[in-house]
Amino acid sequence: MRRQAGSWLSGFYLLLMYGFIYLPVTVLVLFSFQGGRFPILPFNGPSLKWYRQVLADSKLTDAMFNSLLVAVCSSFLAVILGFLAAFALARFSLPARALQRALLTAPLTVSYLIIGLGLLIMFNMLGVGRSLWTVGVGHVVINAPLCFAIIYSQMGAHQVNVERAARDLGASLVTTVWLVTLPMMMPSVMASFFLSMTFSWDEFIIAFLLSRFDVTLPVEIWSLLRSGLNPKTNAAGSLVFLVSVIFIVLMELLVFRRIKRG
Amino acid sequence: MRDKLSREHEVRAWRFVLPALLWTLIFFVMPFGFMVVMSLWDRIDNVIVRTWNLNQYREFLLKPYYWQALVNSLQLTVTVTLVSLVLAYPLAWIIAMRVPERWQRLALLLAIIPFWTSYVVRSYAWLLILARNGLLNKALLATGLVDLPLEIAATRYATVTGFVHFFVMLLTLTIYANLKQLSPNHVRAAADLGAGPVRCFLHITLPLTLPGIMVGAFLTFVLCIGDYITPQILGGGNELVLPQVIMMQISRRADFPSAAALSIVLMLVVSLVYLLCARWLRLERAR
Repeated sequence: MRRQAGSWLSGFYLLLMYGFIYLPVTVLVLFSFQGGRFPILPFNGPSLKWYRQVLADSKLTDAMFNSLLVAVCSSFLAVILGFLAAFALARFSLPARALQRALLTAPLTVSYLIIGLGLLIMFNMLGVGRSLWTVGVGHVVINAPLCFAIIYSQMGAHQVNVERAARDLGASLVTTVWLVTLPMMMPSVMASFFLSMTFSWDEFIIAFLLSRFDVTLPVEIWSLLRSGLNPKTNAAGSLVFLVSVIFIVLMELLVFRRIKRG
Repeated sequence: MRDKLSREHEVRAWRFVLPALLWTLIFFVMPFGFMVVMSLWDRIDNVIVRTWNLNQYREFLLKPYYWQALVNSLQLTVTVTLVSLVLAYPLAWIIAMRVPERWQRLALLLAIIPFWTSYVVRSYAWLLILARNGLLNKALLATGLVDLPLEIAATRYATVTGFVHFFVMLLTLTIYANLKQLSPNHVRAAADLGAGPVRCFLHITLPLTLPGIMVGAFLTFVLCIGDYITPQILGGGNELVLPQVIMMQISRRADFPSAAALSIVLMLVVSLVYLLCARWLRLERAR
């Protein structure tokens, strides 16, 4: 009897919390199909006109393209830097390894605002203009430590023997890394790549501080917010969410399916 | 491959790690240096003057406007951390202990999907609910629970709601991982010895998951105190927190020395909390 009351209570709490967690997304997506001019009750849709407006707005589509460009390029570089460093620190007994690891992961502990502000001050003092390039630099700074940490944690001892075999058979170090280590590490390399993509795609404050004329999507959405509650913002936000979910599903399919098979 | 390295080998190994090290030094350590230098300069009549002094830090201590922002930040962050923990712990516990094993992964996945909504968009979505003519007020007015719409948006309550929503998802994940590592034998032994479920929880499960909770709480603290977006969108211009003041120095006044000094204060606070947490965790392990 008491047990049953407990499980009722558990079920109720679960329902309540899932409701809380899903409330904003539901409201966001629902009112992106709003027929009227405001994303508030009563709902008089469904209508696709706000999506049409978003896709017809060249500022938003340009920003979307910029965001994708920055996300892909910065994640690519972040994965390369992270992978090479993880390989070197996992496989060679370099001096001051603990210190190197600490330095490489340090950016994870500092708030994005401070990283962005530091870069802004430095670029200003050195006379480097703000552009998508500087935004990309900032995104590599926040994502390379993440890639390093993920790949480093997966560099197990079981791959060492295969690498050693390749070396014994006469492969050069670079060939071994390219043809043996990288394919073996592919799941964690892909996982860190897609995770970096989602973080870069969503990142606002660094992009806001370091961009000027060409902006990324979160910055463009930020300026949409000034118009108050607006179904167009809902539609743009729903599209951003959709793309993030696509990244995550791709990661799930490409990475975790492989792990299961392998 | 991790044997004694020949000289030539070591040089090759350096080549692999050097790109990442250089990147971190040039684009993370160096900007921090520039920021420290900037915080020691001055800004007079809208011009940055390159004379070394501690004026920015003195100003922080003397002007209530600045340290009130720090106090607001700390109050907000502590509230958010506590509320998120209190809400997330039971959720994680139910998923780990009450939900059947084969549904757990799905339950957890479902609990964090909204995590991937863009950060800016998520705060905006809460505005749709909490605004004067938003969903919550419509519901409250329709049911007759209130006569006038509640003013929640642009107050600290809205900021707390937005933050708690984000961190409940994060903490559920970390606390769940912690609970799963726990061996069920401890609780079973206590139950065999006659302890009731409440006593088992308070004396076995909770103390054993405390280190994990602390790590999650620290993560929440760091992410929350450094965030600008949620307080700006949901909290509005009342009761400014430190990141909002920092951004204001830059965007309204281009006062980089002041923004740099405030950022360094923020970093010091976070480092201090980190040291306290690390010390507590060491003591806990040593016990």
